[in-house]
Amino acid sequence: MKFFTSILLTALLSFAACLYLPWWSIALVAFMVAALIPQKPGKAFLTAFIALFIFWFALCFFLSSANNNVLVHKLSILIIKMDNPYLLMTVTALIGALVAGFAGLSGSYLRRSK
Amino acid sequence: MKLFPFIISAATTVGLVTVLNSTLVLPAPLGKILNPQSGVWQNAESANENFNANLSFPNLKGNANVYFDERLVPHVFAENDEDIYFIQGYLHAKFRLFQMDLQTKAAEGRASEIAGSKAIQFDREQRRLGMRYAAENSLIEMEKEPKQKALFNAYTNGVNAYIEKLSPKNYPLEYKVLNIEPEKWTNIRTALLLKMMAKMLSSGTEADLEGTNAKNIFMPDELKAIYPQVNDSLVPMIPKGTVFEKPAIVPIKPANADSLYFNNQKLVAAKQAYKPNINNGSNNWVVGGSKTQSGSPILCNDPHLELSLPSIWYEMQLNTPTCNVYGATLPGSPFVIIGFNDSCAWGVTNAQRDVKDYYEIKFKDASKKEYWFNNQWQASKLRIEEIKVKGGVSVFDTIAYTIFGPVMFDASYNGMATNVSENRNLAIRWVAHDPSDEASTFYNLNRAKNYDDYLNAIKSFQCPGQNFIFASKTGDIALWQQAKFPARWTGQGLYIMPGQDSSFMWQGFIPQSENPHIKNPERGFIESANQRPVDSTYPYFIPGQYLIPRGRAIEHYLTTMNSITTKDMMELQNNYYNITAENIVPTLLKYVNENELGENEKKYLDYIKRWNFMANADSKGQTVYNVWWKNLQQFIWDDDLKKSKNNVAYPTSETTMELLIKDTALIFIDDINTPQKETIIQAVTTSFKTAATMLAKYEANGGLEWSKINKGSVYHLLKTNMPGFSRPNLTVGGNDDIINAIHDSHGPSWRMIVSLTQKTEAYGVYPGGQSGNPGSKYYDDYVNNWAEGKYFPLWMMNKAEATDKKVMATINFKKR
Repeated sequence: MKFFTSILLTALLSFAACLYLPWWSIALVAFMVAALIPQKPGKAFLTAFIALFIFWFALCFFLSSANNNVLVHKLSILIIKMDNPYLLMTVTALIGALVAGFAGLSGSYLRRSK
Repeated sequence: MKLFPFIISAATTVGLVTVLNSTLVLPAPLGKILNPQSGVWQNAESANENFNANLSFPNLKGNANVYFDERLVPHVFAENDEDIYFIQGYLHAKFRLFQMDLQTKAAEGRASEIAGSKAIQFDREQRRLGMRYAAENSLIEMEKEPKQKALFNAYTNGVNAYIEKLSPKNYPLEYKVLNIEPEKWTNIRTALLLKMMAKMLSSGTEADLEGTNAKNIFMPDELKAIYPQVNDSLVPMIPKGTVFEKPAIVPIKPANADSLYFNNQKLVAAKQAYKPNINNGSNNWVVGGSKTQSGSPILCNDPHLELSLPSIWYEMQLNTPTCNVYGATLPGSPFVIIGFNDSCAWGVTNAQRDVKDYYEIKFKDASKKEYWFNNQWQASKLRIEEIKVKGGVSVFDTIAYTIFGPVMFDASYNGMATNVSENRNLAIRWVAHDPSDEASTFYNLNRAKNYDDYLNAIKSFQCPGQNFIFASKTGDIALWQQAKFPARWTGQGLYIMPGQDSSFMWQGFIPQSENPHIKNPERGFIESANQRPVDSTYPYFIPGQYLIPRGRAIEHYLTTMNSITTKDMMELQNNYYNITAENIVPTLLKYVNENELGENEKKYLDYIKRWNFMANADSKGQTVYNVWWKNLQQFIWDDDLKKSKNNVAYPTSETTMELLIKDTALIFIDDINTPQKETIIQAVTTSFKTAATMLAKYEANGGLEWSKINKGSVYHLLKTNMPGFSRPNLTVGGNDDIINAIHDSHGPSWRMIVSLTQKTEAYGVYPGGQSGNPGSKYYDDYVNNWAEGKYFPLWMMNKAEATDKKVMATINFKKR
């Protein structure tokens, strides 16, 4: 239960935070969620990772589909130097997931170090 | 104790954020631009984007409606002039903000604020050219009349109304990628944009520096032959035989001109690093009712500029109680620049006239504070320019302003000169610096009802020199070459002039009424394509960088055409006839020694023998001709021109063609670096063999079809910095000297055909799309049509047609 609550809460709060704060506020969110909801460090990492990976990937996928993938081809050539829309979505999702994951891990360790 | 793992994981998090918030991959932080909630993903416009909106602004005076048709062309209906330009500004910003921002910053010499240190030289040159100074002078004129000022203010307010409500999440994609912010619009930015056009079209039409060095290599009679003022093959805009009035001004050559000027052998190292493309030319022509099937005039125009995404043009219809006009607008400026209204149509090509001269300045010392003029030391005005550099420290440049204008080149700046031994202090006298309001010409043209209105509208236009072509529903056709042109004595301004007194200054300007013009000629058509406007009987000395072949090709067709339809005109705008080739190829084939050619070489020669002189996309003959002719010109000229280590003017292709046809024993054919004397047979054959080696390489790398060598392309404004955002290597033919003047990323930037029948019938296309957003399906949706020579009907909409199924979306503007 904590597992899914953490994922949902991290994703929702990340969405809310990014409406007003810079992109890296996802780290603060993941950190706080992990500090508040007790989980083992590994699981804290995983829930935060999954939350952001799914959330960001889905959002990219949704925006791109509505756009008939007009932009994503151009973006992938610009950013990852190859025409590969799904790889760019994965890279995007990984950025969010890794940052949130390590922040979640830190949050979990902080709780345990008390 | 879990402190240690906490520190490790926290440090990892901070490290990741730091790296992803840095600019290692792109100029912007990767995390920031890839965040799907606010980064570049947000620029992926929905394929079903609904452009409908209801907007209200305190600046508006009344209500207005914008109807977008299915190509996203806005048809704007407003109750008064100020509102229409407010909305024009708003729409320009909505669809083209980055382009307006970038172009005006670049015009002002602020590109380094966007591109960093690699743009410093560009910025220095813009400032030394006095671009901001020119815009400041222009602004004073633009804002002189309160009524006129109100229109520019309205436009500026419209742009800013859009910027103000823009959140970072909605910034155009380029801002996100470059990690910069949009800058507020001001009236001077409109002036800067128009000065950018002035630079593009009138700051490369002189060859004073190159000519100065040529004077050192060639004898006076050679100079006349190699750089003729009037080419034999010229077909001027104003037909030969036209009688010109007695000139109102007869400038007097200074008594010491020979010793101080013509026979002055001093060289110059300076070379403009960012000289505009000389082929910023264009075609326009108009056929009168006597030559058309409908009995009404047809006007055609295709300005040749750098092709970019987004395009330099944005299509609009503007309707107020004082005007109803349709055409190409320039984002950054109010008004329609090339278009038509309910009574008439107009278009422009570049005059290519020399309106910029260089004067050598003698400074008292390195401080540049004083210069010698009319027997005394005069104080110069020092302008200290701060060039801000993204990611670096500001660069300061001190520019001295003299009675002539800014000192562009001096000890601290010589452009891209390769040698510094011939550094000279050179001030420029450029018409673009003079106070003038070019924009009002377009305000008035948009409302012109007849020939007189047209003439009144263009009279105040000073720079860049343009050939304004005109046709009206009452049947008038006309052309005026219009600008403020200096009246020069013969030879004035071909080379650097002495600047130590006033004797070499311009003595006046050609009266406007004496500018070359023509109205309703008996032959029933008028054309201009950047050639010299008049033959040698025109009473003024008018140097320039003229382009001859396209005008000849257009005349070739229009002379014999009758019962002309709009479809005929579309075909002519897309025509590939290579008239220069038709003239020179017989000479090439006559003198090439086939006995010296191998089998493969003979195959290439065969392509040219069987060629129909059309530079089509799939033509191999055009490729062979192009490479061969280029090599032959190099064979003839390179040895002579390389006698100078400085930049020397290259004779034009037409001049070389004329010289060879006239004299196959031309002395320049000889390669001065060899002991023997080369003949035309050797020159033609050797250059063919060199060409064949190159052709074999082309053949191995994809083929000899002309489109593969010509490489017609439309690049994103940021060029190679934005791979994937461009449309390179289109299947198109053409060349600079072909009517369909596509060459590399240069060519017809807007093709327009207007038949002035009772109900106007108009067609147009440009290589781009209405939206500047690369994430929009309207970003490049015209490119294929343009490449295929297809057109869109231009819809002059009636307000009553608001319910027409062509109307895709509506924005209602209201006063708040």
